Amino acid sequence: MAVSQDTPAPAAGFTQSRVGHGKDWLLLVVCLLSTCIGGVALFTLLAYVLVDAAGWLDWQFLTSTTSRFPEKAGIFPALVGSIYMAALLIPPAMVLGIGAAVYLTEYARANKLTKFININIANLAGVPSVVWGLLGLGLFIQLFGMRYGTLLVGSLTMTLLILPVIIIASQEAIKAVPDSLRQAAFGMGATRWQTISRVVLPRALPGILTGTVLSLARALGETAPLIMIGVPTAVFATPGGVRDKFTSMTMQLFSWSDYPQPEFQYGVLAAGVVTLLVVLLSLNALAIYLRHRFQNRHG
Amino acid sequence: MESIETAEASLDLTQGVHPWRERLVRSAAFLCAAITVLTTGGIIAVLLVNAAEFFAEWSVWDFLTGTKWSPAIQPVEYGVLPLVWGTMVITLGSALIALPLGVAAAVYLSEYARPKVRAVVKPYLEILAGVPTVVYGYFALVYVTPALKTVFPTISTFNTLSASIVVGIMIIPFVASISEDAIRAVPKSLRMAGYGLGASKFSVVIRVVIPAAFSGIIASFILALSRAIGETMAVTIAAGQTPRLASIFNLEETFLRPAETMTAAMVNIGMSDVTGDSLAYRSLFAIGLVLFFMTFAMNILGSWVTSRFREKYE
Repeated sequence: MAVSQDTPAPAAGFTQSRVGHGKDWLLLVVCLLSTCIGGVALFTLLAYVLVDAAGWLDWQFLTSTTSRFPEKAGIFPALVGSIYMAALLIPPAMVLGIGAAVYLTEYARANKLTKFININIANLAGVPSVVWGLLGLGLFIQLFGMRYGTLLVGSLTMTLLILPVIIIASQEAIKAVPDSLRQAAFGMGATRWQTISRVVLPRALPGILTGTVLSLARALGETAPLIMIGVPTAVFATPGGVRDKFTSMTMQLFSWSDYPQPEFQYGVLAAGVVTLLVVLLSLNALAIYLRHRFQNRHG
Repeated sequence: MESIETAEASLDLTQGVHPWRERLVRSAAFLCAAITVLTTGGIIAVLLVNAAEFFAEWSVWDFLTGTKWSPAIQPVEYGVLPLVWGTMVITLGSALIALPLGVAAAVYLSEYARPKVRAVVKPYLEILAGVPTVVYGYFALVYVTPALKTVFPTISTFNTLSASIVVGIMIIPFVASISEDAIRAVPKSLRMAGYGLGASKFSVVIRVVIPAAFSGIIASFILALSRAIGETMAVTIAAGQTPRLASIFNLEETFLRPAETMTAAMVNIGMSDVTGDSLAYRSLFAIGLVLFFMTFAMNILGSWVTSRFREKYE
């Protein structure tokens, strides 16, 4: 066991050593149980959801709109809405995220301004998601006069929300590129931008993509910001353009959680939760795949 | 930083190639970074401007000391204390679960787990924070509360206990990950000195490692609790939307009954059909302002303490 490996035999005479072994064992058990208990609880709940979703999660559910009748209810417009929102927010989030990370790691000097920007980004990452919704409401709807609950407002708000996470991940990926590569590029007469665009970014790209995919999963799991910007809960058509109203899987789940019938609570909702988790798990699997490729290529 | 200085020296040789393009790229990259500062400014401005309009109609004093929250039903009341109470109860409840479990998990990961086990366990712990909060709310309402009913038959459908449990599970990774960083930053020489004196592993962990990592562990508590305060969907779905005040020492009234947190009150107003031109709408921003500054202060404090322990040992 790990205990006996790491622990030198207690010396005789030390007051703690008489009961040392019993307590050592107890500490290991307590710590091990504490590490497992959260996961065990979560996986138990997931098992319940899977059992409840069986029989409800079918082709009809995936291709129908929501309904008062549990057997007719489906998640299609919400699934499509979530995917559209994700697709719309990737380009601006990646451009801004990589741009900011390149500035902070490759251009910025280690001065007070840089330190301030970095602290600010870390703090933004901790702003409650519901407050991001208020930013979207005040900025895009009140100030810019956009319509409540549209795909455009939703993806703009979510872009701002995940930007800090993407910047932090991209900074780490860029910092992990060895300096020797930059020096070699400069030595061959490359300009700074040539070095960044042809040496640093290609090498950091898998890490950046991993961070982007994970933050995308976070955006797809958010509900509160969408409520604040007036995203509706019952949408029966998929959005035809960015100015159309949309709904997300999370909003759909939230509205179903208000339905008291057991067919919704232990059927339709379970199927919706499984659908959402499958989408998020696929994104996580994609992130692991990207990271794995990265490690294999560069050792 | 030396490497960047070296790079700059070699850049001078090629400065004639595309100086305008180099400057353009640099400016564009700077703008991207500047957007993050503008975002913070935007959040503060949006909250302050709208909250100021609210406080022009409803006094700050009545808001901060009022004991009744009733934004839509006449006569309207905007006393934030019941909401702060709801938030505090669930934050306290989740802390009782997440803080001990998180620190113990951190001790296991840094003191016991072999590198291979650690590489598996760490990402698995992160999953707890990756599950959407709306899903945690559903779990609490549909599975946790009925399970609690077998222990506490009088528990309400919406209750703060189930909300505390799921929020507690959700924030374990924050406590574990930052505490583990702090514990790993404790120099090996301190542990060795402990063993050298003949101390058992238990004594070394409890009397040497944890005291040495104490400030970092406190930082992990602050940052995790800031998450719990800002948590929205799980507490809205599980604890309900009944603004209430009760003595915290009356455990049944506190944990087995519904409550409304600050975030749940915001969801409540957001879901109702209040228009952009009402006092209820503007009260959203007043709560948002309180919430933002509470979490902001905690995040600043937490990262300050974290950077302190990093400097201390690294």
